[in-house]
Amino acid sequence: MTAPDPKVETVTASDRPSVSINAPTSGWGAVGVDTPQAAGAPVMDLRDVSVFYGNYEAVRGTSMPIRQNQITAMIGPSGCGKSTILRSLNRMNDLVPGARVAGKVTYHGQDLYAKDVDPIQVRRRIGMVFQKPNPFPKSIFDNVAYGLRINGIKGNLHDQVEEALTGAALWDEVKDKLKMSGLSLSGGQQQRLCIARTIAVRPDVILMDEPCSALDPIATGKIEDLMHELAKTYTIVIVTHNMQQAARVSHYTAFFTAEVDDKQVRHGRLVEFSETGKLFTNPSDKRTEDYITGRFG
Amino acid sequence: MTTQTQTGPDPKTALSSRGGGPRADRSFQVLTLVAGLLVLAVLALILITTTREAWPALSEMGLRFITENRWDPPSNVFGGLAFIYGTAIVSLISLIFAVPVSIGIALFLTELAPRRLRAPAVTVIDLLAAVPSVVFGLWGVLVVAPKLVPIYQWFNDVLGGIPVIGSVFGEPVGSGRSFMTAGLILAIMITPIITSIAREVFDTVPRADKDAALALGATRWEMITGAVFPHSFGGLVGAVILGLGRAMGETIAVALIIGSSTQITANIFASGNAMPAVIVDQIGESTGTFTAALIGLGVVLFVMTVLINTAAQTIVRRAEIRMKGARS
Repeated sequence: MTAPDPKVETVTASDRPSVSINAPTSGWGAVGVDTPQAAGAPVMDLRDVSVFYGNYEAVRGTSMPIRQNQITAMIGPSGCGKSTILRSLNRMNDLVPGARVAGKVTYHGQDLYAKDVDPIQVRRRIGMVFQKPNPFPKSIFDNVAYGLRINGIKGNLHDQVEEALTGAALWDEVKDKLKMSGLSLSGGQQQRLCIARTIAVRPDVILMDEPCSALDPIATGKIEDLMHELAKTYTIVIVTHNMQQAARVSHYTAFFTAEVDDKQVRHGRLVEFSETGKLFTNPSDKRTEDYITGRFG
Repeated sequence: MTTQTQTGPDPKTALSSRGGGPRADRSFQVLTLVAGLLVLAVLALILITTTREAWPALSEMGLRFITENRWDPPSNVFGGLAFIYGTAIVSLISLIFAVPVSIGIALFLTELAPRRLRAPAVTVIDLLAAVPSVVFGLWGVLVVAPKLVPIYQWFNDVLGGIPVIGSVFGEPVGSGRSFMTAGLILAIMITPIITSIAREVFDTVPRADKDAALALGATRWEMITGAVFPHSFGGLVGAVILGLGRAMGETIAVALIIGSSTQITANIFASGNAMPAVIVDQIGESTGTFTAALIGLGVVLFVMTVLINTAAQTIVRRAEIRMKGARS
């Protein structure tokens, strides 16, 4: 991790997007080049966010902050909408026909769903790592270089690829076979390759959608160590099925659950958001307590 | 086999074969093996019998059959180079036009078109494949060819003076029956095949791969070049080869449109001839060695197709190993 401060560079070095970065009223979102933002200041903020697929409201009324250089975990049973919320944070939901977001998601004070916001620029700053490792059917080098190329990032391509692979704790394992296919790696290596691919474009926030669910415990451990390392530079949001994982890696945890309303329709819902230590030792909601102690509501 | 009726192990826990399963498996295996071998046998039979029929001409002409440009049945000289050239050039023209258009249509249908537009569009394109080739041929001769002459003339006027390129865009033949017209009509004929295979190939690209590209801030086009194409390379080559096979083998439409003259010229607006067209034109009035020579053209066409297919498969296999690793 030798990047001086990718976040600052991300915003200043790239071509100015249609996302204009206005100085927000609250002050925390200002992209001061000289003044690194304090860890813990909110980078993103969700206010009463609901996600619809057609007429079906998959998640309703979610409000929570995503804090700078912190790992925020989203946990909860299947179908509670945690992945849906995650995908609304970089507008990947746009790709699902009929998907719609109500409420307000802000990124450094800007409304992510405002008319003049370009989803491509959003995803450029808010990267994503997926559940199943999904390297492109290309060489290891090209996998990492892809994002650099499409974003027209200047500089020595090889150095930047090396830096990203180092950042993803993969360089030593692959430095002699950069021309080999990314798909020839093991599952854990593939997932770290996907992380390298994501950090190569120097995003601000990294979203991880159950990044370890397809991996064995050793590979999972490596990714978790890596996440701690990455949090020094990036802001991370992780969705996980694994409560121990949330407890191990995250600073903040959001617990979601699925509720059935009067019309027998299931909706995902945020039950509790707090510091991870507090949520796991002293939850304020009965439903959270039931879930983390293994008694499902 | 019959543990159930005998005093042996308890039927509930017996592990010995009940007979039915393995036997059915065996016969299924044999059945599919026979089906697979049948294809090879038919191919070999076609090659053997046609070569035997063509032998009088092939043995007399030797290698000159494919290297000499002189087709003179009365004096028993059969050098088919002009027809090989015609087939190659017409197929090439058709691919140049059909491949980008087909891939464009396929991308539109899989990535861009609104869902409710897809099914009707596919039906229309498939209908194009159902038009009999003789209809394409007549349409080409009666409608398209005359209309294209002024366009050819324009190209000739503009580009004719340039040294190398000028010889490609030479003086157009008055009827418009030329390599170019034949190639264009062939392009229309092979577009549905290439489109429909390319569409299926694009459909197999995993959502995860496309998401990965988009999550890096890729535009739709960058997503297509970065995630869709690498994944589809093998299938696309297959689609193109199938189209090429159809173009090379197309007989009646080409026979009507190409203009039936035996010449090798760089000018794509000139008349020429192609192997299948020659066969269908001349087989009726041929005897003896002449007939054998025409069948020989068929053998050459067949061998060319097999060679191209083999080459394409090699390319695909190499690319797959490079892109997907040796494991797959």
